[in-house]
Amino acid sequence: MRSINVDIITDNIKEMCIEANHFLSSDMKCAMDAAYATEESPLGRQILGQLQENLQIAGEDMIPICQDTGMAVIFMEIGQDVHFEGGSLEGAIHEGVRRGYVEGYLRKSVVKDPLIRDNTGDNTPAIIHYSIVPGDKVRITVAPKGFGSENMSRVFMLKPADGIEGVKNAILTAVRDAGPNACPPMVVGVGIGGTFEKCALMAKHALSRPVDVSSGIPYVKEMEEELLDRINAMGIGPGGLGGTTTALAVNIETYPTHIAGLPVAVNICCHVNRHAVREV
Amino acid sequence: MDKYVKVPLSDADAKSLKAGDYVYLTGTIYTARDAAHKRMQESLDRGEQLPLEMQNKVIYYMGPSPAREGRAIGSAGPTTSGRMDKYAPTLLDMGLKGMIGKGKRTEAVKEAMIRNGAVYFAAVGGAGALLSKAICSSEIVAYEDLGTEAIRKLEVKDFPVIVVIDAEGNNLYETSIKQYAKEV
Repeated sequence: MRSINVDIITDNIKEMCIEANHFLSSDMKCAMDAAYATEESPLGRQILGQLQENLQIAGEDMIPICQDTGMAVIFMEIGQDVHFEGGSLEGAIHEGVRRGYVEGYLRKSVVKDPLIRDNTGDNTPAIIHYSIVPGDKVRITVAPKGFGSENMSRVFMLKPADGIEGVKNAILTAVRDAGPNACPPMVVGVGIGGTFEKCALMAKHALSRPVDVSSGIPYVKEMEEELLDRINAMGIGPGGLGGTTTALAVNIETYPTHIAGLPVAVNICCHVNRHAVREV
Repeated sequence: MDKYVKVPLSDADAKSLKAGDYVYLTGTIYTARDAAHKRMQESLDRGEQLPLEMQNKVIYYMGPSPAREGRAIGSAGPTTSGRMDKYAPTLLDMGLKGMIGKGKRTEAVKEAMIRNGAVYFAAVGGAGALLSKAICSSEIVAYEDLGTEAIRKLEVKDFPVIVVIDAEGNNLYETSIKQYAKEV
């Protein structure tokens, strides 16, 4: 049994909120550089160049990459031999988000009630997903999610008879409908299988996988590659203004499902696909 | 084609801009997004004046992140315009001449633009740090309680935008995608 004071969680999450909103991970930067090299549209190349310049300014001048600094989505993978002390773990996570957004000059984009819509003023609460894993470590992923792309995300409850072609069509439909609204080039997170909520969670989680890492399942890896090619052949392009770079990656997660179902979720993220990861 | 245009936007300049033009805006624009539009509509429904005269104005659909000390504004890129589609035709009929945002618009907005000779510009989504460099000053002029969603008056210099829908209704999103679409 290992004891961890929850203040350590608060401090880490605060720093990670600020880090994720100012610095993209190296895999995303490499994917943007590669896109700049291959984009065929002159305007598309100009936009990709501006996005590279934007990343540089963000890091050097500490201006958030995007003004939508997101709702803070946090994955907590907690070792089963960990014991938290010093207060509520959940309270400590929210406090880390509050401090990160208030002290880090990040935008407060969360409303208290979905219909009454008063701003909470500190970007809390966070969206927290816990999982219990072997070991005595805590792996924290902070993934601030902007809503331009979140709003274009979809869940499809397909029939088993729809098969792999049905799944591909659902994913392509979601991307085509998103078009310029989701700030392309985008990253496409997909969950296939499980239940209604499980596939949505997998789609979200898939976005946190580095864009240069493919699925470990051979047929899923093939599907990721085929879909990326087909999405980039749509012509939507950077900023939705035409071009050959519409997506930087398609990341798919799968899970066993019911004999009667084939759930598919598509969580779209813009090119500001933010995630900070730390192990405590 | 690159063009340098003064804002507020004159009727003549609005008519001269064509879908696909790369435009640098200099002058005064105003921010408003979801909550400010809802409040403006509620004011109009009650027969009240808007806090902002619309004639020849340009509205930027944007809610900035907070400014650090000594800076005009924080990150300041466009939000998705479609959420303002419900309100835009009314404002266009009151003289609004330009909108800056990103993403698709409805037919109703396009028709109101043609009717009033107005222009829809896109700024590059997700380039908020870069775009903030073209904003010289920012001042809240209405609805301060809305925080990031308050109406701000911005002074901009060579603020980069692209004409997506022009005053004749030509739509760059539709034409440019066809140009690069390849069947697989």
